[in-house]
Amino acid sequence: MAGGNMIARHEGSDRLIKISLLVVAFSAVSVLVIITIFIFEQGLPIMMKYGLKNFLLGQNWFPSEKSFGLLPMIVGSLLVTLGALVIGVPLGLASAIFLTEFSNRRVSRFLKPVIELLAGIPSVVYGFLGLMFLVPFIREKFGGSGLSVLAASIILGIMILPTIISISIDSIRAVPDSYREGSIALGATRWQTVRMVVLPAARSGLVAGIILGMGRAIGETMAVIMVAGNAADIPGSLLAPVRTLTSNIALEMAYASGEHREALFATGVVLFVIIMILNFLANLAARKQYRKK
Amino acid sequence: MAEMTQRENIIEVKFLSVFYGQFQALKNVNINVQARKITALIGPSGCGKSTFLRALNRMNDLIEGARTEGQVVFDGKDIFEPDTDLLELRRKVGMVFQRPNPFPLSIFDNVTYGLRVHGQTARGFMEERLFRSLQAVNLWDELQDKLQANALSLTGEQQQRLCLARVLAVEPDVVLMDEPCSALDPTATARIEDLMYQLKEKYTIIIVTHNMQQAARVSDYTGYFLLGELVEFGETDQIFTSPRDRRTEDYVTGRFG
Ligand SMILES: Nc1ncnc2c1ncn2[C@@H]1O[C@H](COP(=O)(O)OP(=O)(O)OP(=O)(O)O)[C@@H](O)[C@H]1O
Ligand SMILES: [Mg+2]
Repeated sequence: MAGGNMIARHEGSDRLIKISLLVVAFSAVSVLVIITIFIFEQGLPIMMKYGLKNFLLGQNWFPSEKSFGLLPMIVGSLLVTLGALVIGVPLGLASAIFLTEFSNRRVSRFLKPVIELLAGIPSVVYGFLGLMFLVPFIREKFGGSGLSVLAASIILGIMILPTIISISIDSIRAVPDSYREGSIALGATRWQTVRMVVLPAARSGLVAGIILGMGRAIGETMAVIMVAGNAADIPGSLLAPVRTLTSNIALEMAYASGEHREALFATGVVLFVIIMILNFLANLAARKQYRKK
Repeated sequence: MAEMTQRENIIEVKFLSVFYGQFQALKNVNINVQARKITALIGPSGCGKSTFLRALNRMNDLIEGARTEGQVVFDGKDIFEPDTDLLELRRKVGMVFQRPNPFPLSIFDNVTYGLRVHGQTARGFMEERLFRSLQAVNLWDELQDKLQANALSLTGEQQQRLCLARVLAVEPDVVLMDEPCSALDPTATARIEDLMYQLKEKYTIIIVTHNMQQAARVSDYTGYFLLGELVEFGETDQIFTSPRDRRTEDYVTGRFG
């Protein structure tokens, strides 16, 4: 019968779609795997040759003298990322909460796309603005050159805002209104409702937004290079210059060769591992908190 | 059942009208709600039963464009007076919703939510109220060993009971129930009805229901709403056996529409 035939044909095209999706997914994943393998293959040998400890804990980065200490850059990356989160997370969450729970619908309908637009501004523009306004401001107010951990943190904090805000808004909006009603009907204020019900209910989405923001901060290169000063020393204060792992690669790749080049790949390996660890920790924190509740 | 002992009005609704923008959802409703009785509100869909219920704890305030006229006197005071303590009103007039809506928190946190919201956070106090409210809804035996479990892992009936316990924990005077059994199967419904029967010793219950048998079974008083009007209000026996209004008769005998 025609019906059976149709079903058979449907199943046939389903199979086809399934297989092609599988191929696409598989090739995407394999490209990632190949890149990862390549980075490790390029970077690992030199780390083994000079010793993992020297790479991770060495404080001197003098590639021409075969001294490849990455500690200043590791500390630098972690510092500016932490700084960015300290600035970006409270601001981002507060904005998202305000836009979803405490402003009228028209305002948030208008502002959300605007905020998302901010994510599309190229990082060199953020860096340039930072260099023109923020760095001189820090220099005049707090002293030093202005090219500093502080400047990099602030710029990164602003850069991760759109990510955090927009993902937080989506996850807060996804919390069913019945929770809010239940809370208000028990005599809770709006703020109590947000704090005690809405945010816990939205937690996994909020954490996802923060992790993405963190990923953006630790991976950001151009804007950081422009405002951070880039000295390969462990910064002694928030006003001292700082060099991140990404900056280290970007600043020297143009002329690096031989072992120097390999050491830059090793920098990439370290960055890779740090990002993995941070993701893992953030996920763990999210899950643990959830179970406690 | 005929002549009740002394009557005590806990809520007096006077000429209550509610508008959603231009649309008038409730028209000059007058009801006296008796304390520690079950009052059922019946009527076809969209006739304003939920709107009426939500007026009593001012949940309609949350709806943009909703406007109220008339009075609801509770505790000797009109709740629409500007100086009404809304949070306290909602503590005293609790609400159970159509779909069970426990928070995605632990059972403990759900039941003690109202207490924490009202600043009553002493551990012993919370535990005592937790125990009493879960007992009151017959959940204590089932749940006492998994108070830290997520409330969303419970069955629909347990969730609805939990929502009731959450309301009872703050010791309300009145419990509003908006079709509390519509998401439950018949056995669960019967058990919830039993529970309501137990609860009316202490609480005044106002229940909206689509189910006329339910209204007839559980309630002492019944009100029939039609198109925003309270057509008839009286003792349940009378409403179901000798309704005064023709429209009520049509509805309770199933000749409606
Ligand atoms: N937020 C709102 N905005 C506009 N109109 C509304 C709103 N809520 C309810 N209405 C209208 O008010 C009328 C009464 O609604 P209500 O929910 O009180 O009816 P109900 O008797 O509870 O119906 P049901 O039995 O279906 O629950 C309906 O015509 C409905 O369309
Ligand atoms: Mg309704």
